[in-house]
Amino acid sequence: MPSRFVMLMFLCGGLMSPLLASADADGAMLYARNCAACHGENGNGGIGVPLALPSFQASISDDYLRQTIRLGRPGRVMPAFTRMSDAQVEALVHYVRAWDKGAAATYTRQPIKGDRAHGKRLFAQHCAACHGAEGGGGEGTGVTFSRPRDLPIMAPALHNPGFLAAAPDAMIKATLMNGRQGTPMSSFLDQGLKEEDLNDIVSYVRSFATQPLSASAQLLRVENPVIVRDSPYDFKTTVENVKRAVSSNNFFYGRVQPLEYGLTEAGRENQKQIIVYFCNLGLLNQALAVDPRVGMFLPCRVTIVEHEGKVQVMSVNPKVLSRLFNNSELNRLCERMSESYSAIMDEATL
Amino acid sequence: MKKLSQWLRFVVLMLLVSGPAGADGLLMVRSDKLFPEAMALLQSAISSRGYKITRLQQVNENLERRDYKSDMYRVVYFGKYEEVKQVTAKQPELIPFLPLNITIFAERDQAILVSSHPRMLESYFPDPALRPVFERWERDVVAIMDEVRQAN
Repeated sequence: MPSRFVMLMFLCGGLMSPLLASADADGAMLYARNCAACHGENGNGGIGVPLALPSFQASISDDYLRQTIRLGRPGRVMPAFTRMSDAQVEALVHYVRAWDKGAAATYTRQPIKGDRAHGKRLFAQHCAACHGAEGGGGEGTGVTFSRPRDLPIMAPALHNPGFLAAAPDAMIKATLMNGRQGTPMSSFLDQGLKEEDLNDIVSYVRSFATQPLSASAQLLRVENPVIVRDSPYDFKTTVENVKRAVSSNNFFYGRVQPLEYGLTEAGRENQKQIIVYFCNLGLLNQALAVDPRVGMFLPCRVTIVEHEGKVQVMSVNPKVLSRLFNNSELNRLCERMSESYSAIMDEATL
Repeated sequence: MKKLSQWLRFVVLMLLVSGPAGADGLLMVRSDKLFPEAMALLQSAISSRGYKITRLQQVNENLERRDYKSDMYRVVYFGKYEEVKQVTAKQPELIPFLPLNITIFAERDQAILVSSHPRMLESYFPDPALRPVFERWERDVVAIMDEVRQAN
């Protein structure tokens, strides 16, 4: 019996080391494919948290990483990886953890009791400047991401269902106690607060879970991803109407070309599918400052189509971007763009 | 023993890498190449899959003309003539989402590529006849971005 047990252990050990090596390799692949664009190739940060930062690694548990991968941060760019298998999540956690030689922190899920009202006052005094008055997080889309940013790290949203599910009270308290070296987050004990004060702040932060969803965690809902208007005019008149409406709504139009432009030789394109491209560079610059990725839906465009004798004007509903980019800071801009698109299309088909 | 180990490694590998792993929103990858090189790789990866590049939108040049600062930034549009013709004849409301595109911009000495998941179109246009097309686009866009990311 003991020899069988030894054999089994030997077998497991022999098999597990190459298996773990595979997990590492695949963690690297998964990281490169899904995380490196935001968190940097080596976890040095970018739009996302610098995962390799020793003070970050020292303060988070493996479970915090797991939950964060699974749930993301609604409205705060970090997406939820709902399609990832458990094995893939584990491989990623293992890979990210390998940047730090220290043991992973573990935290109890036991709630911390404190004076919530006092915690609220302390939060306003010590936390709100970076994390927002209601804990909605710092403004901006991160550190660099093609454009200069003010802070070395974006202050995370604490009033966010993803954060609240991932971070137990004990982890929040530990972060308050120790701060995060290399970021603007300093130890609250060093700032003169007492342990009881920290309990009060934790208690207040935890109370976000029972409050209405923070504006920074809200994304726009879209019933129809495409805005469509029927035109009472013929195709050629509608195209001219769109161009005129673009100009009268403070945009300038650039190219006016068939959808099939460049896909086939000139002259063979379907001339009943015309795209009017337009732009407002001030608005474009503003949009890219909020989220540099929005370029994929630029320049603005309205399509005029004649299909089965019916002329229609259509465009992507800019509100879809809010959810697609998981960035609530785009909400206002998307709503404004949606209004502009609708105004142009209404004017062209009036 | 060696075969068993190999088989188990294969099973674990398949469990780890099979199926779409990405987030629900965007496809994003980082290339450790300088922007011009990454841009060339991107165009080559697109063309090698039979797509025609129809346009390179020069975002940074347009911004700089009005004195807005920006790193190198392009939107690459691409498609296949017959495919575009067929799907838009069937579903004209797809036109605003076409041609397919990948955004590429510089971040210091690296480049970042962004695209939406073509499979997201399934939720907007749940026509079963279009599903294979969306799935093919998804596979191709993922493969294109992987090719740029992995290039040495």
